[in-house]
Amino acid sequence: MANKGKPEIDRERCKGCHLCIRACPTKVLAPDDEPNSWGYYPAKAVALDKCIACGNCYAVCPDVAITVYKL
Amino acid sequence: MELVYGHPKSLVSVQSKYCPGCGHGVIHRLICEAIDELGVQDRSVIMNPVGCSIWADLYFDFDSVQAPHGRTPAAATGVKRMLPDHLVVCYQGDGDLAAIGTAEIVHAANRGEHFTGIFVNNAIYGMTGGQMAPTTLVGQKATTAPYGRDPVDAGMGYPIQVCELLATLGGTRYLARGAVNTPANVRKTKQYIKKAFEAQLRGEGFGLVEILSPCPTNWQMKPGEANEWLEQNMMPYYKLGEIKNTLEEAAK
Amino acid sequence: MADEKRLMKGNEAIGEAAVRAGCRAYFGYPITPQNELTAYMAKHMLDKKRTFIQAESETSAINMVFGAAATGARAMTSSSSPGISLKQEGISYACGADLPMVIVNVARSGPGLGGISPGQADYFQSTRGGGHGDYFHIVLAPKSVQEAADLTYKAFDLADKWRMPVMILADGLIGQMMEGVVFPPARDPESLPKKAWAAGNRGARKENNHVTSINLVPLELEALVKARFERYAEIKKAEVAYEEVNVDKADLILVGYGTSSRVALGALEMAKAEGLELGLFRPISLWPFPEKRIAELAAKGKKFLAVEMSMGQMVEDVRLAANGKGEVHFYGRCGGVIPSEEEVLAEAKRLLGK
Repeated sequence: MANKGKPEIDRERCKGCHLCIRACPTKVLAPDDEPNSWGYYPAKAVALDKCIACGNCYAVCPDVAITVYKL
Repeated sequence: MELVYGHPKSLVSVQSKYCPGCGHGVIHRLICEAIDELGVQDRSVIMNPVGCSIWADLYFDFDSVQAPHGRTPAAATGVKRMLPDHLVVCYQGDGDLAAIGTAEIVHAANRGEHFTGIFVNNAIYGMTGGQMAPTTLVGQKATTAPYGRDPVDAGMGYPIQVCELLATLGGTRYLARGAVNTPANVRKTKQYIKKAFEAQLRGEGFGLVEILSPCPTNWQMKPGEANEWLEQNMMPYYKLGEIKNTLEEAAK
Repeated sequence: MADEKRLMKGNEAIGEAAVRAGCRAYFGYPITPQNELTAYMAKHMLDKKRTFIQAESETSAINMVFGAAATGARAMTSSSSPGISLKQEGISYACGADLPMVIVNVARSGPGLGGISPGQADYFQSTRGGGHGDYFHIVLAPKSVQEAADLTYKAFDLADKWRMPVMILADGLIGQMMEGVVFPPARDPESLPKKAWAAGNRGARKENNHVTSINLVPLELEALVKARFERYAEIKKAEVAYEEVNVDKADLILVGYGTSSRVALGALEMAKAEGLELGLFRPISLWPFPEKRIAELAAKGKKFLAVEMSMGQMVEDVRLAANGKGEVHFYGRCGGVIPSEEEVLAEAKRLLGK
């Protein structure tokens, strides 16, 4: 599948609930090893080329920490 | 690059006090998405209840009125009757709506009041640390039901299906139940919310959207597990969908 | 039409005054002895296409008032003693959120379900902040149908001016009796001043208005409460109201409000016919209580006989104000019994050693 999209995660807004990781159909996201200043381990885009801009991550994020773009 | 999904304008951009994985965050966002799409931010009023969402006034970028516990629908009645052209959102949790506020929601619904009820059902009391709620499931543990909700020997009653209860009332027009545990359910819930808001703005009432929501902290689960638990335990009992829809034909 | 004198029941006169004061919303629940007020509001508010709701309870009613008041509208509820108990949380919230509203208590006898005959045992509840927390609100006590109308009309202005609930503390006798009354002209609700702090109707307003009483930061909450008490201090200077009869000549002053004051006046007149000088001090504002004037009279060595339809509530304010000077005595009946002029005169004579 051609890379269609890009999620941008606000590390400091993210509370590390990882619901976006669970919701992503193409496994773009994974937990970051580095915590943010709150002590949460944010989600991180680790396979950006797989993003299809479906918006599932945005849909389930309780903190609106994710912005999704179409390329 | 084209922005596809971004922060709604009417939602304040600030980190919320809600726990990681809490459903309130998603529900707040859906409400703001709908308000932005309908272009009514400057005439919206949020009624923030007692419970975790007491903080809602920090996150909705418009006016708010905070009423005593359970009395939110009564206060919303006063607000909407005085501001009939405003969008009044009566936001409540399961204690506020189905315990202390049972009379108020029943009678506001029965009078066909024109505000929209948003009922966040997480089957537990959040703010006060995990007590049994009217919507706690049989066998589900809570600090005041340490051996699980027991309707038989301990006389703890049964979980209340609010949409079905309100559906019997003459004043109700639109009662829907959604959930925020999966992207698909989130999107459906947004549709229900927007439909209810549109009905209010057209002058039709009473409408309410009940939303099954996870409480990872008080269910003592990680957020992912909590959404699994919601699907396996709450959804079989609290059926999703439009429980009642007697809106004008064109709007259905 | 505005100045013709009419014969009206107290409850209905209160309703008419509220309508004329520009009340836009009335929320009530049936309870004896104020049902004529709720029924009057039903008819007249619906006639004028204003808001009337018979709520599901007195608790709901005060919260509907809370919501309406939060939008800046003039709103009112009424009840009687047990129903006023149900409203206490709402009143505390209204005071904590600085919301104007008018609450009418047509008091009956208690405690509990009690009786439906008149009582004055809600004085503590009304003047001490019957709900939780540090707060007060204006309490006005009429003695006649005319005064009930006048004070109700004024209550809406005072509520708006000071941003607080104003309570009309009447009793079942005043609510039920019929007397002549002249009403002031009606205000157009649309012509009343808008409230910059209210929710809704933002117009060009940039900041959001949050009507709330919560603050979890102790120093902030303390500052809010102290600022409110500074306002109370101004109210104490500006809104004290009372009536006095013959207090300079008399050695013994009867102190009573509402129905008790009428009985006391009767005793005073009976005494006069016998050549005995009694005085009458009638507080009209129960909060703020006319403590300064009582203190002045006490300092002159006056004897006070508080007359109440209770086991003694207002008398404590008289004692506090007298501050050890003069003498403070009490005579009361309760259970719905109204003291007679003869009883009051007999007690006054007994105290004077006559």
